[in-house]
Amino acid sequence: MTLSSTARRTLAVLTAAVLVLIYLPLLVVVLNSVNPNQSMTWPIEGVTFEWWRRAADSAGVREALATSLQVAAIATGIALVLGTLLALALQRYSFFGKHSVNLLVILPIALPGVVTGIALNNGFRGILGIDLSLWTIVIAHATFCIVTVFNNVQARLRRMGTSLEEASADLGAGVFTTFRLVTLPQLRSALLAGGMLAFALSFDEIIVTTFTAGGGANTLPIWILNNMFRPNQAPVVNVVAVVLILFSIVPVWLAQRLSSDVEAAR
Amino acid sequence: MSTTSSVPDAHEGARNDQAPAPAPRGPVARPGSRLLHRWVWLRLSLLLSAPLAWMVLIYVVALAALLITSLWSVDSLSSEIDRTWTLDNFRTLIENEVYRNVTVRTVGVALAVTVIDVAIALPIAFYMAKVASPRARRMLVVAVLTPLWASYLVKVFSWRVVLSEGGLAEWSGLGSPGYGLTAVVITQAYIWLPYVILPIFAALERVPDSLLEAAGDLGAPTSMVVRSIVMPLLVPGIVAGAIFSFSLTLGDYITVNIVGGANQMLGNLVFVNAGAANNLPLAAAIAMIPIVVMLVLLTAIRRTGALENI
Repeated sequence: MTLSSTARRTLAVLTAAVLVLIYLPLLVVVLNSVNPNQSMTWPIEGVTFEWWRRAADSAGVREALATSLQVAAIATGIALVLGTLLALALQRYSFFGKHSVNLLVILPIALPGVVTGIALNNGFRGILGIDLSLWTIVIAHATFCIVTVFNNVQARLRRMGTSLEEASADLGAGVFTTFRLVTLPQLRSALLAGGMLAFALSFDEIIVTTFTAGGGANTLPIWILNNMFRPNQAPVVNVVAVVLILFSIVPVWLAQRLSSDVEAAR
Repeated sequence: MSTTSSVPDAHEGARNDQAPAPAPRGPVARPGSRLLHRWVWLRLSLLLSAPLAWMVLIYVVALAALLITSLWSVDSLSSEIDRTWTLDNFRTLIENEVYRNVTVRTVGVALAVTVIDVAIALPIAFYMAKVASPRARRMLVVAVLTPLWASYLVKVFSWRVVLSEGGLAEWSGLGSPGYGLTAVVITQAYIWLPYVILPIFAALERVPDSLLEAAGDLGAPTSMVVRSIVMPLLVPGIVAGAIFSFSLTLGDYITVNIVGGANQMLGNLVFVNAGAANNLPLAAAIAMIPIVVMLVLLTAIRRTGALENI
């Protein structure tokens, strides 16, 4: 197909316009973090670091951040173990009900967020009769994080084949030794990618979290949601948002490094 | 891998070979390991038991309990859950027009978001996959992917700021629609756009250039190439992206809280009934609506055969 140069140019302009539209709101948030006007009117008249100072001093932000990190770390740990086990089972064996298991793993993120949220809320409170707490958030997050680890590990297992593992077994290594010395090292970057995705997913999750968070446990997204509507807290929320935007560059950078490592190794 | 410990006669052939293992084994093979090596089903059940127990005991049971709870009711005096079977909740959903209106509104918003996202994603993905140079392509993928990692709430918040009174939208002269359903559609379309671009881009990348060149050489005009070569190969990608954006919008109620003014979506009704109104059975019944909508949608799409290639 030969595209006319007009068509090419139109497509390029469209793409550029959408990219601008994608980044513009984020840029506005970044600039507003130094906006002296509390109601963040545009354009900005002057520069202040008052909001940054207030955010740094805020105990609420610090506590919420600690809770979020804790939840994300534990949920990611659980997801790494369960997701890897599941990927090994589904990729290396065939058994009755395999497709159902596959579907079951995807379900928590395929179903709309409110459904997963209310199902777990009802399960914890209505059926089991336990109070919502930090641990109910962890359980909920781990449940929908398994799929990211599972996907990454399964894709890696498929590509890696079984010849090295078979060679190891033929040379007399036991099941565990083969896993530790042959399978695991090959899975390392897949585990890192899956774990990073799971961590980010948990760190950012708000819908299921609102249904499973106990009174005392506020994750950072919940803190943001609660403070966004308070006029004198909104600029602090804005600063937290900027920090989160800056943080979100880290995984992208890491992923790029990882994939270029893979390409270099080929 | 310790090659020094390998014993030549430890060779055992295929992995589900259940013949007795030769007696002298390397020091690495402990009894437990030997047992596992021999019994495939044992290995499989050890691998499967923990994750399957987690998913079934927590998630499947919760979903089943949700269905059952939706058939219960709440005693209006004691506000305890009354565990006798009743279809009252569903009768309420059908008869009370609030629920009908909110369902129509939610599905409408989800549809609008999906249509807008696919319309924007198609030309972008096409440019990325087929026009841009390989170097530019890689940079574009990163540029589209990066906002995916930015916090969901940050993105909603940024639109709240842009559309606010005296915000950027007003200042730019375009005018702000204010907080309402239009703002919800804009914000949701913004948030889920990368989820729609990526599968369409992936599908386009798989369309071989040679096919397009051959069609061009044989004299097919661009419109014909798009219609009879690109589109059929593209449908699975579009369907995948559309399912993402539709399902994600259907289950969202945070955005409408933040930029939707007084409007409510299904999620709000679920949340209010599960929390403040303390009516878990009704909340469970309302949650069945998005499940049914998704099931109907997926069945309809499956009929067309588009799900096979996702």
